[in-house]
Amino acid sequence: MKKVKFRHSTSRFLLLSVVFLLSFSALSFSQEKQVSPDAGQPAIEVTDAPGSALGDPANGKSLFNSLCAACHKPYSKSIGPALNGITDRQSLEWITSWIHNSSAMIASGDAAAVAIFEEFNKMPMPAFPQLSEAEIGDILAYVETPKPEPQAAAGPVAQTGGATAGGGISSNIILGILAFVLLMLLVILFLVNRTLRKFAVASGVELPEKEKRTPIWKSFVQNQFLVLVTAILLLLGSAYFIYGFFMQVGVDQGYQPIQPIHYSHLIHAGDNQVDCKYCHSSARTSKQAGIPSLNVCMNCHKSIGEVAEATATEEYSKEFYDKEIAKLYDAVGWDPATLTYTGVTKPVKWIRIHNLPDFAYFNHSQHVTVAGVACQTCHGPIQEMEIVSQNAPLTMGWCINCHRQTNVNIAGNEYYQKIHEELSKKYGVEDLTAAQLGGLECAKCHY
Amino acid sequence: MSSNKKYWKSVEELDENSSIVERLQQKEFVEEIPTDEFLGDKESLSNSATTRRDFLKYVGFTTAAASLAACEGPVIKSIPYVVQPERIVPGVANFYATTIADGFDFASVLVKTREGRPIKIENNILSTSKAGVNARVHASVLSLYDGKRLKRPMANGQNVSWEEFHNQVGNALNNVQGEIVLLTQTFASPSTTRLIDEFSAKFGNVRHVVYDTVSEDAALNAFEAKFGTRALANYDFSKAETIVSIGADFLGDWNGGGFDAGYAKSRIPENGKMSRHIQFEANMSLTGANADKRIPVTPSQQKAVVAALYGYIAGGASTSNLPGNIDDAVIKAVNQLRKSGSKAVVVTGLPDTDAQLLVIAINQALGSQVMDTDNPRMIRQGSAQAVSKLVQDIENGSVGALLIAGVNPAYSLPNSKEFIEALKGVDVSIAFSMKEDETAKLCKFIAATPHYLESWGDVQFTKNNFSLMQPTIRPLFDTRQFQDCLLKWNGNSISYYDYIKETWNGSLGLGSWNDALHDGIFEGTIPGVAAVLTSETATAVNNSTSAQNLSQAGETKGYELVLYTKVSMGDGQQANNPWLQEMPDPITRSSWDNYVTISKADAEALGLINENVANGALNGSYVNLKMDGVVVENVPVIIQPGQAKGSLGLALGYGKKEGIKEEMQVGVNAFPLYKDFKSVQNVSVEKASGMHEFACVQLQNTLMGRGDIIKETTLEVFNTKEVEEWNKVPVVSLNHMETPVTSPEVDLWQSFDREVGHHFNLSIDLNACTGCGACIIACHSENNVPVVGKVEIRKSRDMHWLRIDRYYSSEDTFTNDINKKDDISGLGESLSQFGELEQPGDNPQVVFQPVMCQHCNHAPCETVCPVAATSHGRQGQNQMVYNRCVGTRYCANNCPYKVRRFNWFKYSGNDEFDYHMNDDLGRMVLNPDVTVRSRGVMEKCSMCMQKTQKTILDAKRDGRVIEDGEFHTACSAACDKGAMVFGDINDQETKIVKMKEDKRMYHLLESVGTKPNVMYQTKIRNISEA
Repeated sequence: MKKVKFRHSTSRFLLLSVVFLLSFSALSFSQEKQVSPDAGQPAIEVTDAPGSALGDPANGKSLFNSLCAACHKPYSKSIGPALNGITDRQSLEWITSWIHNSSAMIASGDAAAVAIFEEFNKMPMPAFPQLSEAEIGDILAYVETPKPEPQAAAGPVAQTGGATAGGGISSNIILGILAFVLLMLLVILFLVNRTLRKFAVASGVELPEKEKRTPIWKSFVQNQFLVLVTAILLLLGSAYFIYGFFMQVGVDQGYQPIQPIHYSHLIHAGDNQVDCKYCHSSARTSKQAGIPSLNVCMNCHKSIGEVAEATATEEYSKEFYDKEIAKLYDAVGWDPATLTYTGVTKPVKWIRIHNLPDFAYFNHSQHVTVAGVACQTCHGPIQEMEIVSQNAPLTMGWCINCHRQTNVNIAGNEYYQKIHEELSKKYGVEDLTAAQLGGLECAKCHY
Repeated sequence: MSSNKKYWKSVEELDENSSIVERLQQKEFVEEIPTDEFLGDKESLSNSATTRRDFLKYVGFTTAAASLAACEGPVIKSIPYVVQPERIVPGVANFYATTIADGFDFASVLVKTREGRPIKIENNILSTSKAGVNARVHASVLSLYDGKRLKRPMANGQNVSWEEFHNQVGNALNNVQGEIVLLTQTFASPSTTRLIDEFSAKFGNVRHVVYDTVSEDAALNAFEAKFGTRALANYDFSKAETIVSIGADFLGDWNGGGFDAGYAKSRIPENGKMSRHIQFEANMSLTGANADKRIPVTPSQQKAVVAALYGYIAGGASTSNLPGNIDDAVIKAVNQLRKSGSKAVVVTGLPDTDAQLLVIAINQALGSQVMDTDNPRMIRQGSAQAVSKLVQDIENGSVGALLIAGVNPAYSLPNSKEFIEALKGVDVSIAFSMKEDETAKLCKFIAATPHYLESWGDVQFTKNNFSLMQPTIRPLFDTRQFQDCLLKWNGNSISYYDYIKETWNGSLGLGSWNDALHDGIFEGTIPGVAAVLTSETATAVNNSTSAQNLSQAGETKGYELVLYTKVSMGDGQQANNPWLQEMPDPITRSSWDNYVTISKADAEALGLINENVANGALNGSYVNLKMDGVVVENVPVIIQPGQAKGSLGLALGYGKKEGIKEEMQVGVNAFPLYKDFKSVQNVSVEKASGMHEFACVQLQNTLMGRGDIIKETTLEVFNTKEVEEWNKVPVVSLNHMETPVTSPEVDLWQSFDREVGHHFNLSIDLNACTGCGACIIACHSENNVPVVGKVEIRKSRDMHWLRIDRYYSSEDTFTNDINKKDDISGLGESLSQFGELEQPGDNPQVVFQPVMCQHCNHAPCETVCPVAATSHGRQGQNQMVYNRCVGTRYCANNCPYKVRRFNWFKYSGNDEFDYHMNDDLGRMVLNPDVTVRSRGVMEKCSMCMQKTQKTILDAKRDGRVIEDGEFHTACSAACDKGAMVFGDINDQETKIVKMKEDKRMYHLLESVGTKPNVMYQTKIRNISEA
């Protein structure tokens, strides 16, 4: 089982040594790179003529993102055609009337309009009569911004000893220097001592002889009391560690395997706030939360073929993420060029992170739908995880603790009415825990 | 009176001098542990290269290595769908209605599927046709995952593609010389009939022969002669007040089976009334075991009984030529029948058209409402005559092509040897088969057919009741239906599914088609078929001739052999199904075998014995059966109490050799004795050498004197006497006072509060239980109960969570016996009457008692578990936690009901137990909600915890209160007789509360004070003569 989260202590030591060496060779460290312009979106900041003949590209960008981006991309085909170069292909009047009412144009038999309609699977474009000509001009100005050249430096930042960046460096260097100075002092002391001895021998000074004493280990062995106490301590200590070792067997807290597709919960559940149960829909009705089938991914990724520039982080570049989306397309058999399914599918073999033993029955719908427990209660801050790891120990003690502490959500649930009435009378409490309702009985989970 | 009756389980127990019974009573493990086998051989022990020290080293190293290896968890992969089917949610079961129609079993069923895998068969409660979901139907889901199934079509012994297959067969059929014959099972399918007609039209010179492996030829002939339709009269026993059966095992497979649900309804005493059932039969059948009065008579006497009955009721006769005691019984039956009038019915299973005709005449004379001839059963169509003629024609060489579908004549024909020889001369032979069985092996072409759970179809149960078959899984193998092949050869390009829809186009619109498919059943008439006249045809049926023929049935030589089908094996189609092989026969309680049943007197005359060996297992002698040059050798013998003297019984369906796992190749093939498709034959018997080892359950141990496990009484006592007289609560001594065991003062235990929440109880009605065993198989498939095999069963290591115990008792009560003894006067009387007393085994009464974990509120098992692996839940369930169990087996020793089962081995993925759990295919049937237990743990009935929990969760999710009838266990859901009722006793509205308050209610071994949550309803027998 791979545990990536915990680095080995030797590697940490090596890292420190590298830091130590680096501190001498390259004290000036390059700071964070400039945010490189997005390859998928026009970089309006760098255009020479912001207010070109068409309009204001900045306003155009916000309009485009709110109205058009669902179906159009500036430089590549999506549900609708790529818009870059549209002004070369069509007249401004044509574009304006298309935007205001495309279906009327198709109905009127405009050759170009019909051709576009046919090309894109007869998918009608909604009419936007509310857009003024100036606003249309702004949008066109934005989409006609030339495609920026991808910058050579945009490659993924190495994932090696990335911890060197930032303010931490100074303290490390200071510590390193101190250590070096101390070492030097030791060496000097040793050398001085040796030289002095040589002097003493040479000048005939007699050094006092040390009295012979029983070595400390011998006297230790002779003291039976000490031996006994040490033995007991040793035994207790080893028992403690052995117990600890056995108790963690099969507990895979922190298990963080590398998945076949780098799916980031941080981007989906965190940044984009996609509801957990949108993808893990069976958590509502089934014992399994379910790994979403790939057709669920394609609900969005049909039109999201690449990530926005802002999505890229230091660790994972845009190219990296785009490649992962390409992996999805490959698996589901989607041809992004023609926007069609090829029919060749390659099911993804995800690695299961949360594994309960077969003899334990756990039902998601019981917890999610009935009890209203948030996913994060057991799975941790999933919306912050770039790579998911097992947050909870998933041991029986952990389950039981929660059942003891959690009050059952009975509000508005007719099923609980009778039993709640009876039980709260019996125990003399208003709120009942899962345990009081029988949530600790063995065969509720083991059968 | 109930409690003073003596119950016994095997003939051995009746023998006072039997040392083994004594020993078994005293000592649980009679056999010494054979330590000498491995310790006694000093020489090989000292010569061994491995010293004791080395051995310990090895043990140490391997243990350490194994535990180190166990520290690393495996990487588990999860592969979701690419495109998830709309209706499949992982972890949630879907149910589909479909129909089994394998030529022997016909039933409308619900199939539970998980992630697209059928895992369980349930009753279709919408089904109105009386074709029951029996044990074989429940087990049929496992036959889907049979590793011996054909995986692709074959031509001349080579695997071919379907395209190639169709090409070759198409060519062959077009150039065939001579007749084309379709030899098929009974499909009872309107679409298939239409298709075969089209096939005949296309090829011309086509003959369709329907062959029922186990024939109902006589009944079909009689019905056809009388009403002009080849069908079987239907019976609704729920309306019956008096049932007289002459050799008809109507609770078994008689006329296609499924009559038991209606029968059970009439057996539950309501307003002081219940039906009276009189059975004349030779074998001790399931039906005879349930009868109020059973008269053991040989088949030849049965014919005379039918004739006499006819004479008394319809023929105006006043005497018969029967022996006195039988005549007496017949006259009593006649009185009973007359008294009930239109609520009476007579049925017979004699393979004799005259007898069948007379029975119809008797019922008509009685004006019986139980018999229904307007809506007859269509599920048996075979004609013995046509099959016999076909075999002759094949021998003559007039048949050019033979298409065999759904039957295995090379195995099941009485003259199979001739058939096999003749088949070699047929130019084109095609077998449509799921297995490479005896017949398929001989055919030039083998078309691999799908299981019914992978097929489309329509079935006509009765004239007006239809049912649809739909696939519940994509075909596992490269198989095609018989009908799809016919369509192809007819040059029709549509699929069989569309073809069925086309058939029903007129009478079922799109909406009603979907409804019918959803419900699985519909009522109607076959489109395009003119309503057949069901009124009595003009055919002159001379009943008096029939009566004469019957009563003159001459004396017979030798023994009369009655061939029957077991509830577990039927006609043997599912012989490769380990659940069915391991299901004990309800009467003999033996599994994995068929055998000759013989009466004690005949056995003694022939020198045949049954004996219990030291560990309680049963051994029996062998016999050879001879009939007109046919010899069936080495058939084991079981001495059957109640078997009519001069008769023998033997089950069909065993002894298969092809297309079946080696473990399942058990028993002897009785079909060679099935001459002219008649279930009664005259044979001679001779003893053969050797002893057969049976795998019986229940017989290994004795009752240990706990006779009060069964309570029964008569209808008269039930109606007239106080409940204390026949269903007394046991008393125990408290301060030398007799105190009822139910009173709290006598209790050692502190009771928990059981008033809050659900509290589950299960009620089992001994009157409604017929012992059919559907619950056993339902429990197997719901709870992943392993199959252990014949050898382990013999060692009492069966794993059935639910068993149906069978108890015999002598007709008279103990007190009556004593009175009788006291009243004897004079030597002559004493000789005859002592003789009667000494023969309780001649015609015993039988009780069936399903026993599972009793879920005691004061459970003895819970207190003795050293690791608290078994504990009690507030809902009343005794909970067994496998992962906590260390296998001390204290609990099993402390259980008074012997319901706990120990896993001696790991039964899944173990080559030593090569049953369904040993291959990936067979494991697909496992219920993913129930743990597959491993070696070294105890297991037992959980009262279907997974099912009750699911019902509760569904209600919680919907935010509603649970209605009565929602809670079910696998067994209660499988019991279409209503013998098992399950529910929540804290909900006052439920049926189970009424059952608990019923005066028939008692608990098993109540005197022990275990306070079980399973209750039984006292058996009532209607023994009063009219």
